[in-house]
Amino acid sequence: MFKYMDYKPAGFCPGCGYPVILRFLHTVLKENGWEKQAVLGLDIGCALLAWDFLPINTFQTHHGRVTCTMVGYKRSQPDSLSIACTGDGGAYAIGMQSLFWAALRNDPVTVIVVNNSVYGMTGGQTAPTTVVGLKTDTSPAGNEQTPVFGPELIRQMNKKAYLARTAVNEVGKLKEYLGKALVAQKEGRFSLVEVLSFCPTNWRTRGADTNVFLNERLKAVFNLGEL
Amino acid sequence: MEETKQFLTGAEVVVQACRDAGATSMYGYPITPGTEILSGWIRRAQGEKGLQYLQTEDEIAAGFAVCGAVIAGVKAFTATAGPGTVLMQDSLSMAEGMRLPVVVIDVQRGGPSSGTVIYSQQEVNLAIHGGNGEGQRIVYSPGNLSELYKHTRLAFNYAWQYRFPAIVLSDGFVMKTRQLVDWYWSEENVSPTPLISPDTQKNIRNIYTFEEELNAEIEKNQKDFELMGKKIQEAEENSEVGADILLVAHGLVAQAALVAAQMLRSQGKKISVWRPITLSPFPADSLNVAAEKHQKIVVVESSLGQLTALIKNSLRVGREVETILRPALGIEPEEIIKRLNV
Repeated sequence: MFKYMDYKPAGFCPGCGYPVILRFLHTVLKENGWEKQAVLGLDIGCALLAWDFLPINTFQTHHGRVTCTMVGYKRSQPDSLSIACTGDGGAYAIGMQSLFWAALRNDPVTVIVVNNSVYGMTGGQTAPTTVVGLKTDTSPAGNEQTPVFGPELIRQMNKKAYLARTAVNEVGKLKEYLGKALVAQKEGRFSLVEVLSFCPTNWRTRGADTNVFLNERLKAVFNLGEL
Repeated sequence: MEETKQFLTGAEVVVQACRDAGATSMYGYPITPGTEILSGWIRRAQGEKGLQYLQTEDEIAAGFAVCGAVIAGVKAFTATAGPGTVLMQDSLSMAEGMRLPVVVIDVQRGGPSSGTVIYSQQEVNLAIHGGNGEGQRIVYSPGNLSELYKHTRLAFNYAWQYRFPAIVLSDGFVMKTRQLVDWYWSEENVSPTPLISPDTQKNIRNIYTFEEELNAEIEKNQKDFELMGKKIQEAEENSEVGADILLVAHGLVAQAALVAAQMLRSQGKKISVWRPITLSPFPADSLNVAAEKHQKIVVVESSLGQLTALIKNSLRVGREVETILRPALGIEPEEIIKRLNV
């Protein structure tokens, strides 16, 4: 399915979910002939490492600011496919105000939220998506805060948006939802796909344990599917 | 001949200047005393096809939406003030780092904090050095409404030609005053070109892996900034032969200094005035030429020394520098004369 030479070596940690998500995004773009139209904006956080990974136009923004930047891009180039790629902290903590307002206005941009339940780039601090009870760098006694359920919250403010959640180890759905999200943008609607993703570095898991953490800890809390 | 003069407010002048500069898009958040630029642009967009606007959720979103728009090749701008200028630093820093031609009209108000809502000259440091960088920004300080028009147009032209963010400093007095405005303009508009488009395959970054990479980027940008500076830096010298004192001020206060000089001259006293028109890049050569002819420099400003610091930093000739500092207060010609005690 993938030709090795299509991609530069991934700059992500071994076992990270990001390259999987990015490759499926690229597959969808390629299969539909959308590579030229696509513009991938990147939040700062682990998403920044995607800056030269795919053979499409990409640019980095600031932490929490990718959605509002892509709103400006899309309004200026309505024929583009404006995609914002961000982590859970960039989307639901520091960038929540802009994310919600893009959704409220039904701005036709597509936001991919990579939910690995921690701040990855800074070393595993509590994120807005950290599950209750998880011990992190900034919650040594275990996180007490209920996580943010992004797609569910956004559904309450935008009935027309395409909203879905899947996981990096459910690649069939991942590809399907990314495709549908981009179609929604073409139809003039806001779209967001949250992807539960691996972070073995900060979960301190190896091999199969990483899969177990995602399946048993994250999927137990975050419902998968379209909303 | 076409009539080039009209009676307008500062906010109306900004809207007209942005439009004439080829701007088609504004993102903004209401804040006194700059709100009328946003509402004026939106009013204009009701009747003019192709003009875009969005009242965003905050100044952060406004600044970043402008970044997105200029990356897409659209001449876009925002207008803000005081605490809004603080929030705007996030996007201005990105514009500086990625060489984005973002244009910001900064209508200064009193600070710190929410301060006052009409007038001050306390956003000089913020305009030039408000980011986590080296202040590679174009900053204009117009003194009247005709200059506000001209400098706003120059801000767009130079931002797009040289790819540095540009800020036009103003204040609420200038914004709300009504003057006869001369909008003579003979230059061509610089065309906006997108950084990325379906014809490109670019990967643009603002974060670097190695210190050496970022260092090289800053050095390259500084070289470009200095080369640009030689072409665009601007100042006005109004010197009188035999005068001992060189009054130095910028923006609206420079107008008061010029009136004070005229009043003193009518009493037979000699006095000169020099004012920077671009605060960044700073017209250091012009300052030194003017300073050499005088014994003493007196800096007048509505701040505790933000312009004074720029002057001292650029002064190569040994001259005494005195100050008349009135932070957050307007300064009238009579006040300058009284404080000069000549």
